[in-house]
Amino acid sequence: MSRGTLALCAAGLLAAILYPLVVRGLAGAGVGVSANYLINVGMLVFFVAFIGQSWNIAGGFAGQTSFGHVVFFGTGAYCSTILHVTHGWNPWLAWPVATAAGALVGWAIGALAFRAGLKGSYFALITLAFAEVFRILANSVEFTRGGLGMLIKADQRPENFQFRDPMWIYYLALALCVVSLAIAWQLTRGRFGARLVAIRENEDAARALGIDVYTEKVKVLALSGAMCAAGGTFYAQKYLYIDPSIAFGVDKSVEMLLVSMVGGAGTVFGPLVGSLVLTAINEGTRSLASVVPALKNVQPLSLIVYGAMLILIVARLPDGLMGLFGRRKSGKRHDA
Amino acid sequence: MLEVRGLSKAFGGLKAVDDATLDVRQGEIVALIGPNGAGKTTLFAAIAGFHTPDAGRVTLEGHDITGLAPHRICAAGMVRTFQITQPFAKIDVRENVMVGAWLRTGERAEAMRRAEAVARQVGMGDQLDQLGADLTVAGRKRLELARALATGPKLLLLDEVMAGLNPTEIAEIVDVIRAIRDSGVTILLIEHVMQAVTSLAEQVYVLNQGRMISHGTPAEIAADPAVVEAYLGHGAAARLARGAAHA
Ligand SMILES: Nc1ncnc2c1ncn2[C@@H]1O[C@H](COP(=O)(O)OP(=O)(O)OP(=O)(O)O)[C@@H](O)[C@H]1O
Ligand SMILES: [Mg+2]
Repeated sequence: MSRGTLALCAAGLLAAILYPLVVRGLAGAGVGVSANYLINVGMLVFFVAFIGQSWNIAGGFAGQTSFGHVVFFGTGAYCSTILHVTHGWNPWLAWPVATAAGALVGWAIGALAFRAGLKGSYFALITLAFAEVFRILANSVEFTRGGLGMLIKADQRPENFQFRDPMWIYYLALALCVVSLAIAWQLTRGRFGARLVAIRENEDAARALGIDVYTEKVKVLALSGAMCAAGGTFYAQKYLYIDPSIAFGVDKSVEMLLVSMVGGAGTVFGPLVGSLVLTAINEGTRSLASVVPALKNVQPLSLIVYGAMLILIVARLPDGLMGLFGRRKSGKRHDA
Repeated sequence: MLEVRGLSKAFGGLKAVDDATLDVRQGEIVALIGPNGAGKTTLFAAIAGFHTPDAGRVTLEGHDITGLAPHRICAAGMVRTFQITQPFAKIDVRENVMVGAWLRTGERAEAMRRAEAVARQVGMGDQLDQLGADLTVAGRKRLELARALATGPKLLLLDEVMAGLNPTEIAEIVDVIRAIRDSGVTILLIEHVMQAVTSLAEQVYVLNQGRMISHGTPAEIAADPAVVEAYLGHGAAARLARGAAHA
């Protein structure tokens, strides 16, 4: 990393760490903001950036676009929740197991789809199909409690992966986001990432140059699935409730894809930038609707802005917002 | 080093390669020539694992590699380039070549050092930061060569790396290829540019309509009536001979 980028990262991280303290300070000083609301919004930014990065690693770096990434998210959410609620596991212990389950599902879907030679939109559609199958299964089998969903008993103790103070869940989301950035950054430096990019750019050339395309693709989907599943557990522990359409619904898949594409697929900071922008739009339109009476009934205002934005980006900025900073900002640097 | 025995590959009813046999000895430059559509690229693809042969055997240094996956064949020391160049478009030349170099090292610094050395060797030393998509035809051809060379091969299969180049560029790449051979890499190349074939190759194989119709030194090939006919049409050799007798 260059000095400038490094300094920028350090400054960003410091700001993120100080953010809850600052908004609390402001609220304490009588500025009219709700500190917990703002901390919650910040938590969402990092959480969505994290699951977005899980999509980005497979979809952006390796070019294996998925429409059904939520299949991993839901796997993680259900796995830890079942272990915790039904079998009495501590959720912290269930977390790594759920993460491993995500890796396993990624590996299995990858093995099936890539062995069958599915690429491009065929692969995207098969992931969507898997997500739907999982949703229907979760709806109909006993051990997920079907459509009723699963409620996690509120018991706000840190050792129980529940926090009374939203600041701590904010810091946990921040930590996840930092880990995912580190993974993505490592991909821009190492052999595995170079192979993924080669596969994305041209599979035949990659094979000719000694890359085992099938194995690398399965590996990246397992990694991506593990990360996404970890996000699923996080979500379940934050909201203490999941049901099939939350855990396996298409919205989350779209959200992951959207933040990556808007921010810049295949770049280290793309999902974070995309998540910041989309969360800002979301919260901005929501508060606008609450102060401008004429907009009160335009409920899906944020969706309209999203849509317009996506059209603009697809048409004018194929590399996402990160493209605005020039292609070298994607973390590709040549200092060894 | 490379032995191809009785290799056949058909697409539907079309016998693109029909019972082809070929030998490449260590340290040689061997050329494979033939008219358009003769099956040269198909033969390369079958040797390198991109097509499974319908019949025949391919051995590399005594090991049977028939039908192995391309990445295994590459790891075993044989690598092909593509006639229709396949650059990684959105990454630069250095990163393109590094993809090849990563085959033999897990160290970033080493992969980069190797990639830059190979790029310089093929004359791309000052294009390292250019995107794959931004290269000219000559640049893309060189990139094919550089990426393949970066995998550290014992045997290099080059598919028309001179097509579309001007005479100066051809002269440069001929020197590059000779230097690669002198550094210990054996080379099998498909080429239409005859002047390059005669100046580079010790052995020439001629493929026509899927069949190996001739092989020998460049001089022997040029004198073979079957080869002249393959290129100029049936009866051409006889016509040429008659023309020569009249003159
Ligand atoms: N994948 C394929 N499917 C069907 N037919 C093919 C395929 N690849 C090649 N062919 C056919 O096989 C024959 C041999 O093609 P090939 O590309 O091997 O010829 P070539 O000698 O390399 O020609 P050129 O000098 O034009 O590159 C041609 O008739 C071609 O149309
Ligand atoms: Mg050809």
